[in-house]
Amino acid sequence: MALLEYENLSIALPGTARPVLDGIDLTVSAGEVVALVGESGSGKSVTARSALGLFPTGAHVDGHVRVDGTEVVGAGPAALRAIRTGTASMIFQDPRAGINPVRRIGDFLTEALRVSNGWSKGRADDRAVELLGAVGLPDPERHLRQYPYELSGGMLQRVMIAAALTAGPRLLLCDEPTTALDVSTQAEIMAILGRLQRERDLGMLLITHDIELAAAVCDRIYVMYAGRIVETAPTAQLFGAPRHPYTAGLLGSSPPLRAPAGPPARLTPIPGSPMGLLDSAPGCSFAARCRSARPGVCDRTPPPLEGHGTALVACHLAESLTATDNTATGEGT
Amino acid sequence: MSAQMAGVTRKPIAKLRSMGGGWLEKVCLGLLVLFVLVALFAPWLSPQDPTYGELGTGLVGPGADHWLGTDQGGHDTFSALIEGSRTSLAGPLLVVLVSTVAGIAIGLFAAWRGGWVDTVLGRLLDVVFAFPALLVAILAVAVFGKGMTAPVIAMSVAYMPYTARLVRGLAMQEQARPYIAAYRVQGHSALYVAVRRLLPNIGPTVLAQSSVNFGYALLDLAALSFLGLGVQAPTPDWGAMINQSQAAVLRGQPLSAVVPAVAVVVVVVAFNIVGENVGDRLAGRKT
Amino acid sequence: MTVDDHARTLLQVCGLRKAYRTGKTEVVAVDDLSFSLRAGGALGIVGESGSGKTTTARMLIGLERPDAGQILVQGEPLAPTVRGRAARLARAKAVQIVFQDPYLSLDGRITVGATIDGALRLHGLADPAARTARTRELLAQVGLGEREAAALPRKLSGGQRQRAAIARALAVEPAVLVLDEAVSALDVSVQAQVLNLLSDIRRDTGIGLVFVSHDLAVVRYVCDEALVLYRGRTMEHRPVAELLSDPGHPYTQLLLASVPRPDWDPDSISRRRRELGPAAAGGGA
Repeated sequence: MALLEYENLSIALPGTARPVLDGIDLTVSAGEVVALVGESGSGKSVTARSALGLFPTGAHVDGHVRVDGTEVVGAGPAALRAIRTGTASMIFQDPRAGINPVRRIGDFLTEALRVSNGWSKGRADDRAVELLGAVGLPDPERHLRQYPYELSGGMLQRVMIAAALTAGPRLLLCDEPTTALDVSTQAEIMAILGRLQRERDLGMLLITHDIELAAAVCDRIYVMYAGRIVETAPTAQLFGAPRHPYTAGLLGSSPPLRAPAGPPARLTPIPGSPMGLLDSAPGCSFAARCRSARPGVCDRTPPPLEGHGTALVACHLAESLTATDNTATGEGT
Repeated sequence: MSAQMAGVTRKPIAKLRSMGGGWLEKVCLGLLVLFVLVALFAPWLSPQDPTYGELGTGLVGPGADHWLGTDQGGHDTFSALIEGSRTSLAGPLLVVLVSTVAGIAIGLFAAWRGGWVDTVLGRLLDVVFAFPALLVAILAVAVFGKGMTAPVIAMSVAYMPYTARLVRGLAMQEQARPYIAAYRVQGHSALYVAVRRLLPNIGPTVLAQSSVNFGYALLDLAALSFLGLGVQAPTPDWGAMINQSQAAVLRGQPLSAVVPAVAVVVVVVAFNIVGENVGDRLAGRKT
Repeated sequence: MTVDDHARTLLQVCGLRKAYRTGKTEVVAVDDLSFSLRAGGALGIVGESGSGKTTTARMLIGLERPDAGQILVQGEPLAPTVRGRAARLARAKAVQIVFQDPYLSLDGRITVGATIDGALRLHGLADPAARTARTRELLAQVGLGEREAAALPRKLSGGQRQRAAIARALAVEPAVLVLDEAVSALDVSVQAQVLNLLSDIRRDTGIGLVFVSHDLAVVRYVCDEALVLYRGRTMEHRPVAELLSDPGHPYTQLLLASVPRPDWDPDSISRRRRELGPAAAGGGA
């Protein structure tokens, strides 16, 4: 059984032209690292938060989200609390936004253990020290007595990871955990997350805008555009032979770090801007920006995710584009 | 084309409507407009001369001759209410105008120069803050004599720190935004950027504060008139009307005091509600 | 353009230093920074937070006064303080800037067209018809049309706003354009559009670019030379291709290794980061 499972999840907000999420199907198994990649407004953060029952206020929610078999959509406060304090934890982009600046790190880390689990201060402190050590902080006892402002962004994000681990979760939801950090700090945080994931056999969903980062650390990648998942494939295949024009466009938009000498080749960006919640398109929402779009075809609603080799693609043209663009083809089932 | 490009097209009514707000705010806004219109056209609206007192008809109840009755001296209360709206609204208007302009100047200067200028101005404002507006006004009356001039000047000074503090805070925040730096880098003078570019961006919030101040200033000036230190008879004024009706209240005929008191309360509350709501909404929109 | 023009030095920076004092401790933000930029050239200033790259940008545009050192634009030293209209305008013509945050770098109260119109008027284009024509031309150069010109910034996307900010800077016709993390807040697909736009502008105008960024791949795409800053000091300053293929300084090597890619090994990066020093391991102050 999948640890995290989305089945046809749709979320609509009043006053918007299109659904925030439109039929999301996604699974994360125990011990698996999965990335959900998308640009601003794609709905990737809303997807992640849905796993904890954190739906936008006033939203109309349809479909299913199951965490370790427990249904989240329509779940009562007790069931949600059980998920949030036991099965799943979340790490956010800005560590400073998630911590009370006037309380010590130690109080922040041990509060849940002492209040929910009724642990003594000594026992909770021991556990906090152990966790801070696990996330690679050099002097856990001292950090317990420090205030958030005394720590750098990278160190504070490690504290947040430690906090996410206090309840011993089996699923870690990471929403842009390194976006606010420097590149070398990013590597360090990803190293820690990777090590913890392997040691504890965690299921991990990494939400990011950075497809290169997703490729570097994940087994499988979902690509999201305007509230829909447009493609999912094992990392190597998605990178080597993208099937959806949007995935290909994202890869073509990132300037390469290593390239032949001489003036760099021109990038081939995707024209236009990502779709806002107030924009809508009748058929495929990417058609307006798609270089391969065909009139009469792409103005119909795109098909659901269909198998093409090991990839699942939601595109009218998946078959024809595959033939011309990709090498590692295999006819879908 | 250039005019179209350069100017922001604004339709005042549509803009007002887009500001929205609940029904309470709309009612308050309507009341304020009504009071301003009454004040503007007071001489044509008041049925009788409120300074003419008929001794024989003192403390008459409401009726066809006197819609809201008369006071002890036989003055028509309805007419006095209407004519009194002029002085009662003009005083606070002056206070708000002077204190807002001075507050903006000082607040903007402090924020823009920063450093020791900011520190010194901040301390001076603290000192002014320490005196209650009414106390300053009473002192001014003691020095300069009764009437409107001294209290208006004194209260302008006393209200100025509220605006100056607010402007300083907003300006500091706005100044840190890169669009202000971009104006400087383009070669605009500091004065131009501060007054023509920064100020309009914080202006609406400042005006919201000023409208709240208006209500308080009205209350303070009415209090002065009630104490007999502000507007002097026979000029009609709401505060003075309450003062003159004290004896009537004691004789169990409170109508001529209640009418101006209600007017004061209604205007103060209306200004507060409109000002606070506009301020809240702007603050919400800013972030 | 003649060969001489190509070789002409636009910007020369010598021994630049800036320190901030908090109480008794002095933090050196930028120390002994020197570089030069020729017409049409593009220099990348690469660093992480606390490297001094933003302080450098602010000194170049005159928002921060250097403690020591000199900035020469086309041979003329930039005065540390400017007094009077002529001096201000001259300074503006020397260096312009595009900031990181597209949402806060335009005046929300006036249209994009009016913003550019204002810059043109300030710099002596008196005739309104000529200003309108030039505004249209500048916006077309960055890929914006009449609809965007008449729009308030909040009606535009992040990429469109950043294009408008570039047009605003170009309106002054500066010798040097500083881009302070100008593409890092944009979505990847939009970032690529703006990067292409920047290389077009470079090709068409001969303007000198100082490109401040933490992103080595982006710097490689835009610049011919790059300068790596670490805690205010220059670690390495070489042609970009060389710097990336054969990084000399351990810090450059670390930065390069930190860029995620399929064969990425974050564990070894963490180890190397620790070896570099306690400050780097802690993520800086």
